[in-house]
Amino acid sequence: MESKKKYKLTIVEPSVIITQGLKALFAPHPEFEIINCYSDFSHFLERINSSKTNIILMNPSLIDYQKRMNIKSHFSSLPDVILFAIEYNYIESEVLKQYNGTIEITDDIATIVRKLKQAIENNQENSENGDNYELSDREIEILTSVARGLTNKEIADLHNISIHTVISHRKNITRKTGIKTVSGLTVYAMLNNLIDQSDIE
Amino acid sequence: MKLADMLLANYKLLLVLNRFDIHLGFGEKSIEEVCNKRGIPTSLFLLVCNVYSFSDYLPPKDKLQSFNAKDLIQYLHSSHAYYKEKSIPEINKKLTAIVTRINSKAALMLQRFYDDYQTEVLNHFNYEETVAFPYVDSLLNGNICKEYSISKFEENHSNIEEKLNDLKNIIIKYLPDADSPEELNDLLINLFELEDDLEKHTLIEDKILIPIVSQLELRK
Repeated sequence: MESKKKYKLTIVEPSVIITQGLKALFAPHPEFEIINCYSDFSHFLERINSSKTNIILMNPSLIDYQKRMNIKSHFSSLPDVILFAIEYNYIESEVLKQYNGTIEITDDIATIVRKLKQAIENNQENSENGDNYELSDREIEILTSVARGLTNKEIADLHNISIHTVISHRKNITRKTGIKTVSGLTVYAMLNNLIDQSDIE
Repeated sequence: MKLADMLLANYKLLLVLNRFDIHLGFGEKSIEEVCNKRGIPTSLFLLVCNVYSFSDYLPPKDKLQSFNAKDLIQYLHSSHAYYKEKSIPEINKKLTAIVTRINSKAALMLQRFYDDYQTEVLNHFNYEETVAFPYVDSLLNGNICKEYSISKFEENHSNIEEKLNDLKNIIIKYLPDADSPEELNDLLINLFELEDDLEKHTLIEDKILIPIVSQLELRK
Protein backbone atom coordinates (compact mmCIF):
# COMPACT_ATOMS: atom_id res chain seq x y z
CA MET A 1 0.00 0.00 0.00
CA GLU A 2 1.10 3.52 -0.65
CA SER A 3 2.35 5.13 2.51
CA LYS A 4 1.80 8.70 1.38
CA LYS A 5 -1.28 9.94 -0.37
CA LYS A 6 -0.70 12.03 -3.45
CA TYR A 7 -2.63 15.22 -4.00
CA LYS A 8 -3.39 16.49 -7.46
CA LEU A 9 -3.11 20.23 -7.86
CA THR A 10 -4.60 22.52 -10.47
CA ILE A 11 -3.31 26.05 -10.82
CA VAL A 12 -5.58 28.72 -12.27
CA GLU A 13 -3.47 31.83 -12.51
CA PRO A 14 -2.87 34.33 -15.35
CA SER A 15 0.75 35.10 -14.49
CA VAL A 16 3.25 32.72 -16.05
CA ILE A 17 5.86 33.85 -13.56
CA ILE A 18 3.71 32.81 -10.63
CA THR A 19 2.59 29.54 -12.22
CA GLN A 20 6.15 28.56 -13.06
CA GLY A 21 7.31 29.73 -9.63
CA LEU A 22 4.75 27.50 -7.89
CA LYS A 23 5.74 24.57 -10.10
CA ALA A 24 9.38 25.01 -9.15
CA LEU A 25 8.54 25.34 -5.45
CA PHE A 26 6.41 22.18 -5.46
CA ALA A 27 8.96 20.15 -7.41
CA PRO A 28 10.75 18.86 -4.26
CA HIS A 29 7.36 17.88 -2.73
CA PRO A 30 6.26 14.73 -4.56
CA GLU A 31 3.11 14.40 -2.43
CA PHE A 32 1.77 17.37 -4.37
CA GLU A 33 1.52 16.79 -8.09
CA ILE A 34 0.56 19.68 -10.37
CA ILE A 35 -1.68 18.10 -12.99
CA ASN A 36 -2.91 21.15 -14.88
CA CYS A 37 -2.34 24.86 -15.18
CA TYR A 38 -4.80 27.29 -16.70
CA SER A 39 -4.35 30.98 -17.31
CA ASP A 40 -8.07 31.50 -17.68
CA PHE A 41 -10.96 30.42 -15.48
CA SER A 42 -13.30 29.62 -18.39
CA HIS A 43 -10.78 27.15 -19.83
CA PHE A 44 -10.65 25.41 -16.52
CA LEU A 45 -14.45 25.28 -16.31
CA GLU A 46 -14.59 23.57 -19.70
CA ARG A 47 -12.53 20.73 -18.33
CA ILE A 48 -13.82 20.65 -14.80
CA ASN A 49 -16.10 17.65 -15.23
CA SER A 50 -13.22 15.41 -16.20
CA SER A 51 -10.86 16.90 -13.65
CA LYS A 52 -9.47 14.60 -10.96
CA THR A 53 -8.00 17.42 -8.98
CA ASN A 54 -7.99 17.48 -5.16
CA ILE A 55 -6.64 20.97 -4.67
CA ILE A 56 -7.19 24.11 -6.74
CA LEU A 57 -4.91 27.10 -6.38
CA MET A 58 -6.68 29.98 -7.99
CA ASN A 59 -6.38 33.69 -8.46
CA PRO A 60 -9.83 34.95 -7.35
CA SER A 61 -9.66 37.97 -9.65
CA LEU A 62 -10.02 35.63 -12.65
CA ILE A 63 -13.71 35.26 -11.88
CA ASP A 64 -16.10 38.01 -12.93
CA TYR A 65 -16.81 40.37 -10.12
CA GLN A 66 -20.49 39.43 -9.85
CA LYS A 67 -19.78 35.72 -9.75
CA ARG A 68 -17.03 35.82 -7.15
CA MET A 69 -19.44 35.55 -4.26
CA ASN A 70 -20.79 32.16 -5.22
CA ILE A 71 -17.66 30.38 -6.14
CA LYS A 72 -18.49 26.92 -4.79
CA SER A 73 -21.33 26.61 -7.29
CA HIS A 74 -18.75 26.25 -10.06
CA PHE A 75 -17.23 23.23 -8.38
CA SER A 76 -20.28 21.06 -7.81
CA SER A 77 -18.62 18.24 -9.77
CA LEU A 78 -15.76 18.29 -7.27
CA PRO A 79 -17.52 18.19 -3.90
CA ASP A 80 -14.40 17.43 -1.84
CA VAL A 81 -12.03 19.79 -3.58
CA ILE A 82 -9.88 22.14 -1.54
CA LEU A 83 -9.84 25.65 -2.92
CA PHE A 84 -6.99 28.04 -2.22
CA ALA A 85 -6.75 31.66 -3.27
CA ILE A 86 -3.50 32.98 -4.72
CA GLU A 87 -3.42 36.48 -3.32
CA TYR A 88 -1.20 39.26 -4.55
CA ASN A 89 -3.65 41.98 -5.35
CA TYR A 90 -6.53 43.24 -3.30
CA ILE A 91 -9.41 40.79 -2.92
CA GLU A 92 -12.42 41.50 -0.69
CA SER A 93 -12.37 39.50 2.53
CA GLU A 94 -15.94 38.39 1.82
CA VAL A 95 -14.67 36.66 -1.32
CA LEU A 96 -11.71 35.07 0.44
CA LYS A 97 -14.00 33.57 3.09
CA GLN A 98 -15.27 31.12 0.50
CA TYR A 99 -11.83 29.65 -0.01
CA ASN A 100 -10.35 26.99 2.25
CA GLY A 101 -7.22 29.10 2.56
CA THR A 102 -4.98 31.68 1.00
CA ILE A 103 -1.48 31.57 -0.42
CA GLU A 104 0.22 34.91 -0.18
CA ILE A 105 2.87 36.07 -2.57
CA THR A 106 5.41 36.32 0.26
CA ASP A 107 4.81 32.79 1.60
CA ASP A 108 7.70 30.38 1.42
CA ILE A 109 7.09 26.81 0.33
CA ALA A 110 7.17 25.43 3.88
CA THR A 111 4.34 27.78 4.79
CA ILE A 112 2.37 26.87 1.67
CA VAL A 113 2.73 23.14 2.32
CA ARG A 114 1.75 23.59 5.94
CA LYS A 115 -1.35 25.58 4.97
CA LEU A 116 -2.39 22.98 2.40
CA LYS A 117 -1.91 20.07 4.82
CA GLN A 118 -3.93 21.86 7.47
CA ALA A 119 -6.76 22.41 4.99
CA ILE A 120 -6.63 18.77 3.88
CA GLU A 121 -6.95 17.64 7.48
CA ASN A 122 -9.89 19.94 8.14
CA ASN A 123 -11.57 18.76 4.99
CA GLN A 124 -11.26 15.10 5.95
CA GLU A 125 -12.92 15.73 9.30
CA ASN A 126 -15.82 17.44 7.59
CA SER A 127 -16.60 14.86 4.93
CA GLU A 128 -18.93 12.29 6.43
CA ASN A 129 -17.90 8.64 6.01
CA GLY A 130 -16.75 9.30 2.46
CA ASP A 131 -14.95 5.96 2.34
CA ASN A 132 -18.05 3.82 2.42
CA TYR A 133 -18.57 2.64 -1.12
CA GLU A 134 -20.75 -0.39 -0.44
CA LEU A 135 -24.32 0.00 -1.62
CA SER A 136 -26.92 0.16 1.15
CA ASP A 137 -29.89 -2.22 1.08
CA ARG A 138 -32.13 0.60 -0.07
CA GLU A 139 -29.74 1.51 -2.85
CA ILE A 140 -29.65 -2.10 -4.00
CA GLU A 141 -33.47 -2.09 -4.21
CA ILE A 142 -33.43 1.11 -6.26
CA LEU A 143 -30.63 -0.19 -8.45
CA THR A 144 -32.58 -3.36 -9.13
CA SER A 145 -35.55 -1.31 -10.26
CA VAL A 146 -33.40 0.91 -12.46
CA ALA A 147 -31.78 -2.14 -14.02
CA ARG A 148 -35.20 -3.58 -14.79
CA GLY A 149 -35.90 -0.50 -16.83
CA LEU A 150 -38.33 1.34 -14.56
CA THR A 151 -38.55 5.12 -14.79
CA ASN A 152 -37.90 7.37 -11.80
CA LYS A 153 -41.64 7.93 -11.42
CA GLU A 154 -42.37 4.20 -11.41
CA ILE A 155 -39.59 3.57 -8.90
CA ALA A 156 -40.91 6.32 -6.63
CA ASP A 157 -44.42 4.81 -6.70
CA LEU A 158 -43.15 1.28 -6.14
CA HIS A 159 -41.12 2.16 -3.08
CA ASN A 160 -43.39 4.89 -1.78
CA ILE A 161 -40.76 7.58 -1.91
CA SER A 162 -40.53 10.91 -3.71
CA ILE A 163 -38.92 11.26 -7.12
CA HIS A 164 -36.41 13.55 -5.50
CA THR A 165 -35.32 10.73 -3.17
CA VAL A 166 -35.04 8.35 -6.12
CA ILE A 167 -32.74 10.78 -7.90
CA SER A 168 -30.61 11.21 -4.83
CA HIS A 169 -30.30 7.41 -4.44
CA ARG A 170 -29.32 7.13 -8.08
CA LYS A 171 -26.64 9.77 -7.65
CA ASN A 172 -25.19 7.84 -4.74
CA ILE A 173 -25.31 4.57 -6.69
CA THR A 174 -23.37 6.18 -9.53
CA ARG A 175 -20.90 7.73 -7.12
CA LYS A 176 -20.27 4.38 -5.45
CA THR A 177 -20.17 2.12 -8.50
CA GLY A 178 -18.75 4.60 -11.00
CA ILE A 179 -21.41 3.45 -13.49
CA LYS A 180 -23.46 6.16 -15.16
CA THR A 181 -25.64 4.63 -17.85
CA VAL A 182 -28.79 2.58 -17.27
CA SER A 183 -27.55 -0.24 -19.49
CA GLY A 184 -24.30 -0.27 -17.51
CA LEU A 185 -26.26 -0.58 -14.27
CA THR A 186 -28.24 -3.46 -15.76
CA VAL A 187 -25.03 -5.34 -16.49
CA TYR A 188 -23.81 -4.56 -12.99
CA ALA A 189 -27.01 -5.89 -11.45
CA MET A 190 -26.75 -9.10 -13.44
CA LEU A 191 -23.10 -9.67 -12.64
CA ASN A 192 -23.93 -9.27 -8.98
CA ASN A 193 -26.95 -11.57 -9.24
CA LEU A 194 -29.37 -8.85 -8.24
CA ILE A 195 -31.60 -9.54 -11.22
CA ASP A 196 -32.16 -12.34 -13.64
CA GLN A 197 -32.29 -12.07 -17.39
CA SER A 198 -36.00 -12.85 -17.25
CA ASP A 199 -36.49 -9.59 -15.32
CA ILE A 200 -35.50 -7.48 -18.26
CA GLU A 201 -36.77 -9.37 -21.28
CA MET B 1 12.47 19.95 -34.75
CA LYS B 2 13.14 16.52 -36.15
CA LEU B 3 10.00 14.47 -36.64
CA ALA B 4 11.73 11.45 -35.10
CA ASP B 5 12.47 13.39 -31.89
CA MET B 6 8.84 14.35 -31.55
CA LEU B 7 7.75 10.72 -31.77
CA LEU B 8 10.39 9.66 -29.29
CA ALA B 9 9.01 12.27 -26.90
CA ASN B 10 5.41 11.10 -27.27
CA TYR B 11 4.83 7.73 -28.89
CA LYS B 12 1.06 8.30 -29.03
CA LEU B 13 1.70 10.64 -31.95
CA LEU B 14 2.35 7.52 -34.03
CA LEU B 15 -1.43 7.35 -34.43
CA VAL B 16 -1.49 10.91 -35.75
CA LEU B 17 1.25 10.07 -38.21
CA ASN B 18 -0.73 7.23 -39.73
CA ARG B 19 -3.78 9.41 -40.14
CA PHE B 20 -1.79 11.97 -42.08
CA ASP B 21 -0.45 9.13 -44.16
CA ILE B 22 3.14 9.80 -43.12
CA HIS B 23 5.24 6.65 -43.15
CA LEU B 24 8.14 5.81 -40.89
CA GLY B 25 11.65 5.83 -42.28
CA PHE B 26 12.01 9.61 -42.66
CA GLY B 27 15.54 9.62 -41.27
CA GLU B 28 16.74 12.91 -39.80
CA LYS B 29 14.17 15.06 -41.63
CA SER B 30 12.47 17.91 -39.82
CA ILE B 31 8.72 18.05 -39.26
CA GLU B 32 8.40 20.73 -41.90
CA GLU B 33 10.37 18.81 -44.52
CA VAL B 34 8.27 15.69 -44.06
CA CYS B 35 5.00 17.65 -44.13
CA ASN B 36 6.01 19.54 -47.28
CA LYS B 37 6.96 16.35 -48.99
CA ARG B 38 3.57 14.77 -48.27
CA GLY B 39 1.65 17.95 -49.04
CA ILE B 40 0.31 18.39 -45.51
CA PRO B 41 0.09 21.89 -43.99
CA THR B 42 2.73 21.92 -41.24
CA SER B 43 0.60 24.26 -39.12
CA LEU B 44 -2.30 21.79 -39.10
CA PHE B 45 -0.02 18.87 -38.32
CA LEU B 46 1.48 20.76 -35.37
CA LEU B 47 -1.92 21.85 -34.08
CA VAL B 48 -3.12 18.26 -34.02
CA CYS B 49 0.10 17.06 -32.35
CA ASN B 50 -0.21 19.77 -29.72
CA VAL B 51 -3.81 18.88 -28.90
CA TYR B 52 -2.70 15.27 -28.66
CA SER B 53 0.22 15.95 -26.37
CA PHE B 54 -0.95 18.68 -24.00
CA SER B 55 -4.28 18.25 -22.32
CA ASP B 56 -4.79 21.97 -21.73
CA TYR B 57 -3.60 23.18 -25.13
CA LEU B 58 -5.87 25.67 -26.84
CA PRO B 59 -5.12 26.44 -30.49
CA PRO B 60 -4.41 30.15 -31.02
CA LYS B 61 -6.98 31.80 -33.27
CA ASP B 62 -4.57 32.97 -35.97
CA LYS B 63 -3.24 29.42 -36.42
CA LEU B 64 -6.72 28.22 -37.34
CA GLN B 65 -6.72 30.26 -40.54
CA SER B 66 -3.39 28.97 -41.77
CA PHE B 67 -4.53 25.86 -43.65
CA ASN B 68 -7.35 24.50 -45.75
CA ALA B 69 -10.08 22.90 -43.65
CA LYS B 70 -10.31 20.12 -46.23
CA ASP B 71 -7.04 18.73 -44.92
CA LEU B 72 -8.49 18.66 -41.43
CA ILE B 73 -11.60 16.83 -42.65
CA GLN B 74 -9.34 14.33 -44.37
CA TYR B 75 -7.51 13.75 -41.10
CA LEU B 76 -10.77 13.26 -39.15
CA HIS B 77 -11.97 10.92 -41.84
CA SER B 78 -8.84 8.76 -41.50
CA SER B 79 -9.30 8.72 -37.73
CA HIS B 80 -12.82 7.41 -38.15
CA ALA B 81 -11.57 4.73 -40.50
CA TYR B 82 -9.00 3.68 -37.92
CA TYR B 83 -11.63 3.34 -35.17
CA LYS B 84 -14.07 1.55 -37.43
CA GLU B 85 -11.63 -0.83 -39.01
CA LYS B 86 -9.12 -1.37 -36.25
CA SER B 87 -9.64 -0.39 -32.62
CA ILE B 88 -13.35 -1.11 -32.26
CA PRO B 89 -13.35 -4.51 -34.06
CA GLU B 90 -10.22 -5.54 -32.16
CA ILE B 91 -11.84 -4.83 -28.82
CA ASN B 92 -14.94 -6.64 -29.97
CA LYS B 93 -12.90 -9.70 -30.89
CA LYS B 94 -11.14 -9.80 -27.53
CA LEU B 95 -14.34 -9.26 -25.59
CA THR B 96 -16.16 -11.95 -27.55
CA ALA B 97 -13.39 -14.43 -26.80
CA ILE B 98 -13.66 -13.72 -23.08
CA VAL B 99 -17.45 -13.76 -23.05
CA THR B 100 -17.52 -17.07 -24.92
CA ARG B 101 -15.15 -18.62 -22.41
CA ILE B 102 -16.97 -17.34 -19.32
CA ASN B 103 -20.29 -18.14 -20.97
CA SER B 104 -22.62 -16.82 -18.29
CA LYS B 105 -25.77 -14.78 -18.78
CA ALA B 106 -24.05 -11.80 -17.25
CA ALA B 107 -21.13 -12.08 -19.64
CA LEU B 108 -23.56 -12.18 -22.54
CA MET B 109 -25.15 -9.02 -21.17
CA LEU B 110 -21.74 -7.40 -21.21
CA GLN B 111 -21.34 -8.38 -24.84
CA ARG B 112 -24.68 -6.85 -25.61
CA PHE B 113 -23.68 -3.72 -23.78
CA TYR B 114 -20.60 -3.46 -25.96
CA ASP B 115 -22.64 -4.14 -29.10
CA ASP B 116 -24.88 -1.21 -28.18
CA TYR B 117 -21.86 0.98 -27.58
CA GLN B 118 -20.39 -0.05 -30.90
CA THR B 119 -23.60 0.73 -32.77
CA GLU B 120 -23.83 4.09 -31.10
CA VAL B 121 -20.24 5.10 -31.92
CA LEU B 122 -20.54 3.92 -35.49
CA ASN B 123 -23.80 5.84 -35.91
CA HIS B 124 -22.11 8.91 -34.58
CA PHE B 125 -19.19 8.60 -37.01
CA ASN B 126 -21.61 7.92 -39.79
CA TYR B 127 -23.51 11.07 -38.94
CA GLU B 128 -20.33 13.11 -39.08
CA GLU B 129 -19.31 11.52 -42.35
CA THR B 130 -22.65 11.93 -44.08
CA VAL B 131 -24.01 15.15 -42.60
CA ALA B 132 -21.39 17.28 -40.83
CA PHE B 133 -18.39 16.83 -43.12
CA PRO B 134 -20.31 17.33 -46.39
CA TYR B 135 -21.78 20.45 -44.81
CA VAL B 136 -18.29 21.82 -44.13
CA ASP B 137 -17.31 20.88 -47.66
CA SER B 138 -20.17 22.80 -49.18
CA LEU B 139 -19.38 25.82 -46.99
CA LEU B 140 -15.81 25.72 -48.26
CA ASN B 141 -17.12 25.67 -51.79
CA GLY B 142 -19.02 28.83 -51.02
CA ASN B 143 -22.51 27.38 -50.68
CA ILE B 144 -24.94 28.58 -48.08
CA CYS B 145 -27.01 26.14 -46.12
CA LYS B 146 -29.67 27.59 -43.89
CA GLU B 147 -31.09 24.39 -42.44
CA TYR B 148 -27.92 23.22 -40.72
CA SER B 149 -25.30 24.81 -38.53
CA ILE B 150 -22.19 23.43 -36.90
CA SER B 151 -23.62 24.13 -33.45
CA LYS B 152 -25.77 21.03 -33.89
CA PHE B 153 -22.65 19.02 -34.32
CA GLU B 154 -21.38 17.84 -30.96
CA GLU B 155 -24.59 16.75 -29.31
CA ASN B 156 -24.09 13.09 -28.61
CA HIS B 157 -20.44 12.74 -27.62
CA SER B 158 -21.02 12.58 -23.90
CA ASN B 159 -23.24 9.52 -23.86
CA ILE B 160 -20.67 7.61 -25.89
CA GLU B 161 -17.96 8.50 -23.40
CA GLU B 162 -20.11 7.42 -20.48
CA LYS B 163 -20.72 3.99 -21.95
CA LEU B 164 -17.04 3.38 -22.52
CA ASN B 165 -16.35 4.50 -18.99
CA ASP B 166 -19.00 2.11 -17.63
CA LEU B 167 -17.53 -0.76 -19.58
CA LYS B 168 -14.09 -0.20 -18.04
CA ASN B 169 -15.61 0.09 -14.60
CA ILE B 170 -17.61 -3.11 -14.91
CA ILE B 171 -14.67 -5.12 -16.22
CA ILE B 172 -12.27 -3.86 -13.59
CA LYS B 173 -14.58 -4.21 -10.64
CA TYR B 174 -17.13 -6.86 -11.33
CA LEU B 175 -16.22 -9.27 -14.09
CA PRO B 176 -15.15 -12.46 -12.35
CA ASP B 177 -12.47 -14.15 -14.39
CA ALA B 178 -9.77 -16.12 -12.65
CA ASP B 179 -8.82 -18.19 -15.68
CA SER B 180 -7.09 -15.68 -17.85
CA PRO B 181 -6.19 -12.39 -16.23
CA GLU B 182 -3.79 -11.47 -19.06
CA GLU B 183 -6.57 -11.63 -21.59
CA LEU B 184 -8.71 -9.31 -19.50
CA ASN B 185 -5.80 -6.92 -18.93
CA ASP B 186 -5.13 -6.86 -22.61
CA LEU B 187 -8.74 -5.93 -23.33
CA LEU B 188 -8.68 -3.22 -20.67
CA ILE B 189 -5.49 -1.66 -22.05
CA ASN B 190 -7.21 -1.50 -25.44
CA LEU B 191 -10.23 0.16 -23.86
CA PHE B 192 -8.09 2.77 -22.10
CA GLU B 193 -6.25 3.48 -25.34
CA LEU B 194 -9.47 3.86 -27.28
CA GLU B 195 -10.86 6.17 -24.62
CA ASP B 196 -7.74 8.37 -24.68
CA ASP B 197 -7.69 8.45 -28.42
CA LEU B 198 -11.39 9.30 -28.74
CA GLU B 199 -10.97 12.04 -26.16
CA LYS B 200 -8.25 13.64 -28.30
CA HIS B 201 -10.36 13.14 -31.39
CA THR B 202 -13.24 15.01 -29.75
CA LEU B 203 -10.88 17.78 -28.67
CA ILE B 204 -9.64 18.17 -32.23
CA GLU B 205 -13.23 18.49 -33.42
CA ASP B 206 -14.17 20.90 -30.63
CA LYS B 207 -11.05 23.04 -30.57
CA ILE B 208 -10.06 23.09 -34.22
CA LEU B 209 -12.92 22.10 -36.51
CA ILE B 210 -15.82 23.88 -34.82
CA PRO B 211 -14.05 27.27 -34.44
CA ILE B 212 -12.98 27.14 -38.10
CA VAL B 213 -16.46 26.32 -39.32
CA SER B 214 -18.09 28.94 -37.10
CA GLN B 215 -15.77 31.48 -38.70
CA LEU B 216 -16.81 30.28 -42.16
CA GLU B 217 -20.47 30.56 -41.20
CA LEU B 218 -19.99 34.14 -40.02
CA ARG B 219 -18.52 35.13 -43.35
CA LYS B 220 -21.65 34.12 -45.20
